[in-house]
Amino acid sequence: MAVCIAVIAKENYPLYIRSVPTQGELKFHYTVHTSLDVVEEKISGVGKALADQRELYLGLLYPTEDYKVYGYVTNSKVKFVIVVDSSNTSLRDNEIRSMFRKLHNSFTDVMCNPFYNPGDPIQSKAFDGIVSAMMVQAS
Amino acid sequence: MESLTLSDVEQKYYSELFLSCDVDNAKKVASNGKVLELFRAAQLSNEVVLQITELCGATRLGHFGRSQFYIALKLIALAQSGLPLRLESLNTVRDLPLPRFVMGKNEQETRHMVMFTDAENQGPFLPRPPGRVQAKKVSAHEMIQPCVPTADPQPDTTSPVVSPHQSPPTSPLAWRKHKRQASGGNVDRQPSVPGVVWPHFREAQPGPVPGDGMWSAHSPPPVQESWVSFTDTPPSSTLPMHPPSAQTESSTVRTVPSAMTTNEIQRQTSGYDDPWKITDEQRQYYINQFKTIQADLTGLIPGSAAKEFFTKSKLPILELSHIWELSDFDKDGALTLDEFCAAFHLVVARKNGYDLPEKLPESLMPKLIDLDDSAGVPEPAPEVGFSASPVEVTPNKSPSMPSLNQNWPELNQSNEQWETFSERSSSSQTLTQFDSNIAPADPDTAIVHPVPIRMTPSKIHMQEMELKRTGSDHTHPTSPLMTKPPELSDETKLAAAIKFPGTAVGDGYSSSDSFTSDQEPISSAVNRQRSHSGTSPEGLKVVAPPPPPPRPHASHSRSSSLDMNRNFAAVPAGSQQAGVVAFPPAVPPRPLPTQTSVPHGHRSVEGDGLPAHTSTSPQQMPEQPNFADFSQFKAFAVDQPADDGENPSDGGQAERLPEAAGTMRTAKNDVQAEERNATTVNSAKVSTPLAPPPKPVRRRLKSEDELRPDVDDLPQKSNVIATVLATQPSIPRSLGKDKKAIQASIRRNKETNTVLARLNSELQQQLKDLLEERISLEVQLEQLRPFSHL
Repeated sequence: MAVCIAVIAKENYPLYIRSVPTQGELKFHYTVHTSLDVVEEKISGVGKALADQRELYLGLLYPTEDYKVYGYVTNSKVKFVIVVDSSNTSLRDNEIRSMFRKLHNSFTDVMCNPFYNPGDPIQSKAFDGIVSAMMVQAS
Repeated sequence: MESLTLSDVEQKYYSELFLSCDVDNAKKVASNGKVLELFRAAQLSNEVVLQITELCGATRLGHFGRSQFYIALKLIALAQSGLPLRLESLNTVRDLPLPRFVMGKNEQETRHMVMFTDAENQGPFLPRPPGRVQAKKVSAHEMIQPCVPTADPQPDTTSPVVSPHQSPPTSPLAWRKHKRQASGGNVDRQPSVPGVVWPHFREAQPGPVPGDGMWSAHSPPPVQESWVSFTDTPPSSTLPMHPPSAQTESSTVRTVPSAMTTNEIQRQTSGYDDPWKITDEQRQYYINQFKTIQADLTGLIPGSAAKEFFTKSKLPILELSHIWELSDFDKDGALTLDEFCAAFHLVVARKNGYDLPEKLPESLMPKLIDLDDSAGVPEPAPEVGFSASPVEVTPNKSPSMPSLNQNWPELNQSNEQWETFSERSSSSQTLTQFDSNIAPADPDTAIVHPVPIRMTPSKIHMQEMELKRTGSDHTHPTSPLMTKPPELSDETKLAAAIKFPGTAVGDGYSSSDSFTSDQEPISSAVNRQRSHSGTSPEGLKVVAPPPPPPRPHASHSRSSSLDMNRNFAAVPAGSQQAGVVAFPPAVPPRPLPTQTSVPHGHRSVEGDGLPAHTSTSPQQMPEQPNFADFSQFKAFAVDQPADDGENPSDGGQAERLPEAAGTMRTAKNDVQAEERNATTVNSAKVSTPLAPPPKPVRRRLKSEDELRPDVDDLPQKSNVIATVLATQPSIPRSLGKDKKAIQASIRRNKETNTVLARLNSELQQQLKDLLEERISLEVQLEQLRPFSHL
């Protein structure tokens, strides 16, 4: 499963970022930060080619030696980034899509909470639970 | 690790204990922490606790997982029951009682625990089923005792009866001790009940004291709720007796959650009411609060209104957010009545110091879901499925788009096929026009010799333009058919056939330009041919030659309508005489030319057969009239000596006789012209551009006539009969035609012209579309080439 999951706001500041194991947190932050350039490039490219932007899933942003980075952009320009270990070759594209879909649904639930202020870091137990289910089980 | 066989009660009990200890929700608990406190609450020695920790495997791992935690609890139960600590005995021993944990370390509580142990000791002496019943009764009795000093309005009459029967020697001591406690509590509560409430709030939340005051002022019922919750926690009643201190406060705060969990578990196991259940009084209060925000009980409270309402409780936003997540069961961003009650209940509970549960208790779930307990749990799964289905539908839509695109070119192709068919029909119409112009050609040449010299240059250009147009039109149908050789041969024949109508049209224009009066006979001839069927054209052709010559002479001498009518009447008489005279002598000479031309006839038949199959019904019309033309010429040739004999005898007759002689002379001249060499004809075309238009047309027509009549000559009798029949009906039809018919034919021609023009424009548009498609495809190929390389 995922080793890092991040939610980035429209203005490219982090709303939520979580990685496992914790010791490599800074490395994952760097990876997510660099992936934003690719996300921006894909968004602008898609806008030019296709008039209507139907596909929210951006696919594999860029593969590295150790990890694969996948991107997802909502209609409100909120970006989701999932980092997966490259050694996990059995992971299919449909599974990544389902993970993003669950993440998006949970994010909408957080946004529907009247006590949550848009723009604040996400501190929802339900959201944490869903993210934990998708993260690698560190034992 | 051996798998533990736990009963439903044990699983619930253990899972709740594990959740209470697993504060971080990491599914693992550190060895130092709440687990240690929990184990100490079991009233076991440190050595026993360490032994249990080693046996369950927590020492080796460094933490308690769920399985290690359950094993530890099982071992605690064994230790509490006095059995040896062995892993083998976990599954062997049956009907093991649940482990018990004491909330505090007070001496009174320890004495209370001693009472429990005494009850357990009595258990083995009695049979198992009665022992269980007695144990439950004893526990119930002891549980009820603390309620009595709190002035419980519902005393149980059975409890005193059971207690003296089971344990008479120890019961008076317990009653005395409880009485003392009760008397102390009563003394403290009676003089200042509100005082007791105020210190509780202050100790719980010293900071927001004024907030608490506002809360109590705004909502008096929560005070009752706090009172109810106060009774739920008997140990807390001893707090006001002791002096307030940080250590005692921290210890009480820590013990509260364990007390809650133990109380909940005990009540659930014993079948008592759920602590999270809303009482009728509370629900009525919640409903009244709901009405203040939403008058309609079946309506919804929007999130913003709920936020304003619950913010008044002064709870942290994070806790309110968590309460919202728990209470908004359907995740619609609004609260129904049941959801509002659940949220309000959680807020009140949290306000009174209870920890929020990880999941919404079943008692607080909406009623519709409570009716079907099993349906509540799997409900989120189908929701995920529903959310996934629209995403799956989206990719299905994208392949449908190319299928629609594929349909469009198919429609275009079908249109092209239709247009090619229409082109063929148009070519057949041109053939018809060609045949209609044959008859006027002869009289025009005889009468208009001097006039063409002046008009020929412009006419020649017109003919060339028409030829080019016909050629360009022909290229469209040829392009799709180029792939097949047999079709090529058909196309060449079609092209040859199309050339004739072009030249014929040119002749038509020349005749119209020379004399306007000649238009009438031309249109009349066209009407006659079109109005008749296959066999009738032969009759018309037989009649056609006589009428043109007399009309121009008459026009020169007489211009009255009466004279024109006389001329029409004279024409059929002449045709009848010619037919009668020609029939008997025609029989003997025909078999001779048929015998000599048999092989040529076969070849001509084969050649004509192919275009006949490819052509449509309108194309067949012009071919049959050609047969009639040939028969006309043969008849005249055979009758030459007879006509010569008649001429001197009729020298004194009217103009009719010399007219017939003129037509015969023209036929003879045509025959002689055909006999001439081809080389001279070619030289004549090159040297004199004025002459070529009429001569090649006539020769080609004659050659076709010679080929086709051979077929007719074979069945001589049938042809003769057909000619007789054709001549008879042609007379009344010619008389019946009037100017109205001529105008109708003109209109029809105009309509056909407009239709053809429209077809041309449509074809041109399709050509443009195809070119654009070609360009776009080429661009796509160029774009894809670099990808193909990669």
